Amino acid sequence: MSARFRRLVETDRPQVSLTVDGVSVTALAGDTLMVAMLTNGDALRSSEFSDLEPTDGRRAGFCLMGACQDCWVWTAQGERLRACSTPVQGGMEISTHQPEATWATIA
Amino acid sequence: MGDHRVIIVGAGPAGVRAAQAVVRAGLRPIVIDEAARAGGQIYRRPPENFQRDHEALYGTEAARARAIHEDFAALLPHIDYRPETLVWNVAEGHVWAAHEGETQAIPYDALIVCSGASDRVAPIKGWQAAGCYSLGGAQIALKAQGCAIGHRVIFLGSGPLLYLAAAQYVKAGAEVAAVLDTSPFWLRVKAAPKLAAMPGLLWQGMKLLGDLKRAGVPVLTGVTPVEIEGDTQSGVSGVTVRHKGAVKHFAGDAVAMGWHVKPEAQIADLARATFAFDPATRQWLPQTDADGRAGNALYLGGDGARVLGARSAEVTGELAAMAALADLGLTVDADRRRWLLAEKANYATFAKGLAQAFPWPHELVAAIPDEAIVCRCEAVTAANLRASVNTAHAQEANRAKAFSRVGMGRCQGRYCGHASAEIIAAARSVSLEKTGRLRGQAPIKPIPVSLKRNDL
Repeated sequence: MSARFRRLVETDRPQVSLTVDGVSVTALAGDTLMVAMLTNGDALRSSEFSDLEPTDGRRAGFCLMGACQDCWVWTAQGERLRACSTPVQGGMEISTHQPEATWATIA
Repeated sequence: MGDHRVIIVGAGPAGVRAAQAVVRAGLRPIVIDEAARAGGQIYRRPPENFQRDHEALYGTEAARARAIHEDFAALLPHIDYRPETLVWNVAEGHVWAAHEGETQAIPYDALIVCSGASDRVAPIKGWQAAGCYSLGGAQIALKAQGCAIGHRVIFLGSGPLLYLAAAQYVKAGAEVAAVLDTSPFWLRVKAAPKLAAMPGLLWQGMKLLGDLKRAGVPVLTGVTPVEIEGDTQSGVSGVTVRHKGAVKHFAGDAVAMGWHVKPEAQIADLARATFAFDPATRQWLPQTDADGRAGNALYLGGDGARVLGARSAEVTGELAAMAALADLGLTVDADRRRWLLAEKANYATFAKGLAQAFPWPHELVAAIPDEAIVCRCEAVTAANLRASVNTAHAQEANRAKAFSRVGMGRCQGRYCGHASAEIIAAARSVSLEKTGRLRGQAPIKPIPVSLKRNDL
C-alpha cells in the first residue's frame, strides 16, 4: 500500500506514532489524521455501498473541509472521527472499519 | 457591553469583519466557528507548529490574510469565541451548537451568518475513486498541511481557483499532469469588460496562466470530460477528455476537481431565509436586501449568501453586521455604509464576469452516462436518479431524493444536489427552476446521537 499524499514542505516536525488497523505508522505532529493516514497508505475506509454495481470501493476523503463526511474513521473505542479535521495524536488507535459493537453511535 | 444578543456564525473574512463591527458598537457577540483557528477556508491557517509565513501561504493575498488574522486576535478579549463548534440547527430563535459531545441552544436577537462556501463539483464518471478530491480540498492539503493530494495531479474544472491551485502546486514542487478547463477560452475574452472591474485580479489570473505554461504544464480549455479512470482498490489512474475533436488521456494518481464554489446556505435555510432561483449561476440563493437582511433577525454576509469572493466577503460581512446593529436601534456610520455598498457593487460586476468566463457546465452534467455515479456518498447512479423521474414520476428534487436517495447521504446533497437538479430537469425536459430546491434539514452535518445537552 503506497502513500497517496506527498509531503512537499513543513517536514521538519517531531514524529508521532499511531496504529491504523493494528499496524504501527509514523506521522508528524500537526498532521490531520487524514494526512497521517494517507502519507502511510492510500485509503481511509471502504464504502458501505461497495456491494452495489458499479462498486465504488475504497475511499480517501474528498473535500478536506468537513463538508462531505467521506473521511470517517473510528477509534478502537468506537468513536467516529472526521479524519480531515481531527489532529493526529501520538498513541491513537485507528480503525478503517466501523467497530460493529458501536453501531448505535451512527448519526 | 449591551444587552443585545448577537451571534455570528463563521470566522472567515466575513465573520471577522462582522464581529469587528459589532464590537465597535459596544456589544460582545458570540462568534461560533467550526474550525480550530479563525480565517475561514480562504485564509485558513496551518496548525501552530507550522513554519511558513503569510507570504508563502497566501501569496498575493498575504496582507489581507494577515490583517484578518491579526484583527481577529485583537477582538478575542471582546467576544465570546467558540471555535471547533458546529451549528447544526436554527429553530425558534435559538442556534443549536455542538462542541465536544455536548450541545447547547443559544438564544439571539440578531443572527449574522457568514457560513462561507464549498466546492461546486460536477459528477464525472469515475469521480468516486480514491484520489479524486475537490479543488478546494486540494488547495487545503497544500496550504494547511504542506501536502499534495497525489504524486501526479490532474486539475479538472473551471474558474480562477483551478489555475491558482494548480500554480500553487507547481510552485511547491508538486507534479501537475494537466489543467483541464471545461470552459472555452473565447468566453474569457467575451467576459473581459466585466472582469476589468477588478484589474488587479484579472492581471493575477493572466500571470498564473503564464506560470503554468512556463512550467510546461499542459493547459487545455474547452474540454469535455469523459471519464476519471481508476480502480476500486487503488484509486485514480488518469483522466480522459475530448478536446478539439480528439480523445486525450492524462495519467495521474490524483484529480482536483471544481467549478467555482457555492454558498453553504444550510443555516440560512433553517433560519427561514427566502430562496430565489438565480439564472446566471443556475442555483437557488438566499435572498437579502443590499445590506444583507434576510428577515427574521437573520443577516447574511460573505460567500455564504452569494459568492463574490474573499475580498467582497470582508465588505458584505461588515454590511450585514451594520444592518443588524441598525435594526437593534444602534447608530451606524452612514458614510461607511455607502462606501461598502459601492465596493460590493464592484465585486458583483466582477463575479458576473467570472460566471460568464467560467460557466458551470450544465449540459455536460445533464448528459452524464447512466452508469456514472451522481451521489458519491451512497453510490447512486444517474440511471437510478433518472428512473425516479421516468418510472416513479418524481416531478421535483425533493421527491426524486426520496425515491433515489440522491441528496440523502452523509454530505446531505452538498456535492450532488446541484447536479441532481440538472439531471432531473433534463429527464423531464423542463427548466432547472421547475425542479425546485432541496430543502435543508437539521442536523446540517451528522452529529452523534450521544450528544448531551448542557444548557438544561
